Amino acid sequence: MIDKIFLNMTRTSALLILFIVAWIFVVLFNHSIEAMQTFGFDFITKDEWAPNLEKFGAYAAIFGSVASTFLAMLLAIPVAIGVAIFLSEIAHDKIKGFFGVSVELLAAIPSVIYGMWGLFFFVPILRDIFGGMGIGLLAAGIVLAIMILPFMAAVTRDAMNTTPDILKESAYALGGTQWDVIKDIIIPYAKAGIIGSLILALGRAIGETMAVTFVMGNVHHTPKTILDPTTSIPVTLANEFTEADSSLYFSSLFGLALTLLVMSFVVIAIAKFYFLRKVRKGQ
Amino acid sequence: MASIIDIKDECSLHVRNFSFTYKGATTPSLKKVTMPIAKHSVTALIGPSGCGKTTLLRSFNRMHDLYPGNKYEGEIEFEGRNILDPKEDLIHLRTKIGMIFQKPTAFPMSIFDNVAYGMRLQGIKNKTELEGRVEKALQDAAIWKEVKDRLKHDANGLSGGQQQRLCIARAIAVEPEVLLFDEPTSALDPISTQGIEKLVIELKERVSIIIVTHNMQQAARVSDYTGFMYLGDLIELGHTEELFVTPKEKLTQEYITGKFG
Ligand SMILES: Nc1ncnc2c1ncn2[C@@H]1O[C@H](COP(=O)(O)OP(=O)(O)O)[C@@H](O)[C@H]1O
Ligand SMILES: [Mg+2]
Repeated sequence: MIDKIFLNMTRTSALLILFIVAWIFVVLFNHSIEAMQTFGFDFITKDEWAPNLEKFGAYAAIFGSVASTFLAMLLAIPVAIGVAIFLSEIAHDKIKGFFGVSVELLAAIPSVIYGMWGLFFFVPILRDIFGGMGIGLLAAGIVLAIMILPFMAAVTRDAMNTTPDILKESAYALGGTQWDVIKDIIIPYAKAGIIGSLILALGRAIGETMAVTFVMGNVHHTPKTILDPTTSIPVTLANEFTEADSSLYFSSLFGLALTLLVMSFVVIAIAKFYFLRKVRKGQ
Repeated sequence: MASIIDIKDECSLHVRNFSFTYKGATTPSLKKVTMPIAKHSVTALIGPSGCGKTTLLRSFNRMHDLYPGNKYEGEIEFEGRNILDPKEDLIHLRTKIGMIFQKPTAFPMSIFDNVAYGMRLQGIKNKTELEGRVEKALQDAAIWKEVKDRLKHDANGLSGGQQQRLCIARAIAVEPEVLLFDEPTSALDPISTQGIEKLVIELKERVSIIIVTHNMQQAARVSDYTGFMYLGDLIELGHTEELFVTPKEKLTQEYITGKFG
């Protein structure tokens, strides 16, 4: 009896999630129809975004989202793996505990705080080094990288910690050094977990709003260098919804949201099915 | 008090007054153990759970050094030097003294790469040499026939018994002088156990073997010498037959007749 209730509850919860996803998708789709009919594919290939002329091309925002996420991953992955190796294998127990908790605390900092910190402390540094405004793609990439790093490092460390001692000892027993054991045993063993953490971090980065809205510049230009200010999809949405004064403008913003949703789905689906399957099969 | 036979044949290891204390422990887990290990023979270590068999075994390849804070005292002589010396080159030592664990530990890589791993660690890159030695090791571990058509497959696809023989192949591929076995069959079925025991007996032609077992029949089947340990002491070391038939110590007698354990 209890079993049956429990079974039904879990089943309902699972269905509820499916339902909400479908619902969101339908709402976004319905509201984007006007923009899609007006612009067709130009919506995602043109970067002219001129509300006063009723012209909406989302290319700059899409590019900004992809580029800032890519930059963030590029910067964060090596550092996160380094931190995870340090925390799981190299540090002594006391340091492990202290640093481990610090990393978890960092992961819990709300993203808006990373954004403010980036604007007031990081942007001036970039300005001093590279000149220009400091605000732009590079600043966004770095702030995003810093934001996802603690999470990535913590999950990667947890994955590495699942490597059985006896497996590591077997490699040491054959004359392996600590570095041999890390690269030949621990990383391959933890690969699925590590890639899982990278995918989740990627998902967070691509949809991140608050951390980047401060430092990206919010201009609808495709950047020519990584120092140029630009925008991203979530940043555009957060900044412009209150200003949408025409139904085409409004519909275009929904079109952007739909694009982001589809992008996130595609990225996560590719990552999940391609990488994880490859890993689980052991190449 | 302890009754340790004097081994006339050549010995490959000499344990002398060896004590071992785990980090944070107030009393040592091994107390002044003195024990010769005969060359090219099988020495079994038996005794009730917690008596220090694993602790002693893991001292021979300094496995305890992976966890800081443990303390070695006394001497273990190997190839003319005391391997407990803090300056001992542990990488080199572990290529000379290999180890097989309680559970099979296939690495997350192919069967071939598993066996080649130790050789690659030593910098051997020549493909023909690697292939030759991998095949030889797999043959010596009596698993070549079963895996020769799937060397590129993931080693974790093998059965438990096959994986344990793979681990033995991996260990002998680097041509060690000594092999340490810590209850190598405790996770295996009877047929696989038989295979491993047969292998242990064959391997002693080339290596000196120390095997920890909780199974007295196994000790009797495979070993030439048996050491009985109790609460961190080596109570008796003797020829296996003598120790089981005419034990010199009362404790040994009580243990092998099942009065405790
Ligand atoms: N990592 C460890 N830290 C502290 N004490 C340990 C550790 N491993 C084993 N011991 C203690 O050392 C003694 C011997 O253990 P062990 O060598 O594993 O016994 P056996 O292999 O004969 O069952 C036991 O009292 C055990 O509790
Ligand atoms: Mg044990």
